[in-house]
Amino acid sequence: MQQIKSRAVPVRMENIDTDQIIPARFLKATSREGFGKNLFRDWRYENDDENSPKADFPLNDPRWSGTILVAGKNFGCGSSREHAAWAIKDAGFEVVVSSFFADIFRNNALNNFLLPVQVSEKFLQQIFEAVDADPSTELSVDLPAQMITITTTGVSESFDINPYKKTCLINGYDDIDYLINMMPEIESFEADRAAV
Amino acid sequence: MGKTLFDKIWESHVVKTIEGGPSVLYIDRHFIHEVTSPQAFNGLRKRGMPVFRPQQVVATADHNVPTLNQELPIREELSRKQVDMLVKNCAEFGIELYGLGHPYQGIVHVIGPELGVTQPGMTIVCGDSHTSTHGAFGTIAFGIGTSEVEMVLTTQCLLQSRPKLMRINVDGQLNPGVLSKDIILYIISLLSASGATGYFVEYAGSAIRSLSMEGRMTICNMSIEMGARGGLIAPDETTFDYMKGRQFAPAGEAWEKALAHWRTLHTDDDAVFDLEININAADIEPMVTYGTNPGMGIGVSKNIPAQASLPENERGNFAKALQYMGLKDGQPIKGQAVDYVFIGSCTNSRIEDLRLVADFVRGKQKADNVEVWIVPGSKQVEQAARAEGLDQIFEAAGFMLRQPGCSACLGMNEDKIPAGKYCISTSNRNFEGRQGPNARTLLASPLTAAVAAVTGHVGDVREFI
Ligand code: SF4
Repeated sequence: MQQIKSRAVPVRMENIDTDQIIPARFLKATSREGFGKNLFRDWRYENDDENSPKADFPLNDPRWSGTILVAGKNFGCGSSREHAAWAIKDAGFEVVVSSFFADIFRNNALNNFLLPVQVSEKFLQQIFEAVDADPSTELSVDLPAQMITITTTGVSESFDINPYKKTCLINGYDDIDYLINMMPEIESFEADRAAV
Repeated sequence: MGKTLFDKIWESHVVKTIEGGPSVLYIDRHFIHEVTSPQAFNGLRKRGMPVFRPQQVVATADHNVPTLNQELPIREELSRKQVDMLVKNCAEFGIELYGLGHPYQGIVHVIGPELGVTQPGMTIVCGDSHTSTHGAFGTIAFGIGTSEVEMVLTTQCLLQSRPKLMRINVDGQLNPGVLSKDIILYIISLLSASGATGYFVEYAGSAIRSLSMEGRMTICNMSIEMGARGGLIAPDETTFDYMKGRQFAPAGEAWEKALAHWRTLHTDDDAVFDLEININAADIEPMVTYGTNPGMGIGVSKNIPAQASLPENERGNFAKALQYMGLKDGQPIKGQAVDYVFIGSCTNSRIEDLRLVADFVRGKQKADNVEVWIVPGSKQVEQAARAEGLDQIFEAAGFMLRQPGCSACLGMNEDKIPAGKYCISTSNRNFEGRQGPNARTLLASPLTAAVAAVTGHVGDVREFI
């Protein structure tokens, strides 16, 4: 993962919890795939009916498209279900932008190569305004430079990411690879503790 | 400078710290359940790895299980598959499973402490955000995602950055009728649903010390509802008394050795926190939530805030929540009719909760307009309730005592609240759809729920004592 340039889908709500991202009744699958169709399920469909999409929900609105999801503050609060990150990823998103992420969601996203970009509340509002004014507005996310830009206005902001995680994302390796390589150290740590 | 309780435990579990990055944290105990583990086991298979320390993993089935007729096969196919998959995975990888029918089965955060698997000073994780519950014993306990479950199964370690630390001191005498659930709902209403994000919280102060272990678990359980990674309480004599004699607690010489270590687990007087909050216990009244996140709570005698009194940027979300709940801004919460009463979940389904409810309803009848479900947190709680005759009190009152599981805490198993109905619930989340599509949840303590059970509406328990 390096640079992502795409239109954005704005979901202008705060405190979007994981039960909204993927309701519990869809957590029964035993693989990681296929959760995308139930992303925001209860907001997306009338009476839980896939044939009656709610026209005013952004994911159903043809004006919005792209691989960047933009949402209000405290995104991903609630349960630890990684299915939330899988659903967003499975629905085709590569980046989630918000002014605040819940901790577990942030970790889960990073572990699935879904990039959480935390911006200031002011910048978030600028994104909402820009895409409202012109839905074809593209956002550009530069991971190595840690910059996000609204291409139509040229306004940009830098974002934070743990340097270790950044390296992982750019190189496509994950924590498990790292930890497996550490097994001898982990075993000697155990031996030292047992000796106390 | 002195150390915090958190740092004492953290430092003794760091295998290594990556330059400018997270630490490799060693995990003592790993709980798993059927919903967040299958993909992790698939990952192990794909890599051809075994479970590194199967004896440090404990499994149970809780989220998907029915709470009636548990002895029969699970009717819902996908739920059955998920539970069967857990049985298969545990057998294949050598993990102890307290599944359906086992005398230790129950909600993962109820059984860990009750079996003595949870012990002071440990690091504990589970693919479940309410793992914070175990912090009541002075542990670093937190929820993780499924990729992290896979990491712990494979290596018994996780990569974690040290969180910021907050201490919340609750001092003074609690008012009659105010339970630990009210303390935590009050704290979350002050801090908001995101107010502790990035922090680990230590709860301290005389009001916390005065709580039983079960009361402390209720507090730590809901730490995640204000965004905290976890919460913890220093172990003390109450903790040690609770631990002694539990199935998996140390015994004999090992007990004395453990006790000596546990007594060192407290925050030093001169330790410093990133943030410290002081709360007067006397300010807390029985609490009820009116909205769609746990931060939207008020004292039972108060009115729902007026929309105009809120900052402009909060009004949209507030209005949306009230619309979902079918409530009006400015209205009193007391007197609000309810349709269901759910007493259960890893927040409040332990034997003390059931005893409190039974004491309150003894000789009373449930209101005609409500259905009341009492769902014990574990097989052992269920057994104890029956042995003490609580089942008869519930039955006489018209309540239904069901079998252990997560039940109506989340709309995943058969126990769902119908659309549009109000449920006063002792669980921890009132999110939209949490108890079933379009269900309306009011979070409260077991006593406040018991009041609703017998009156049919939200009431003030203080008027009954
Ligand atoms: S009772 Fe509710 S909160 Fe607790 S583990 Fe089960 S689903 Fe999660």
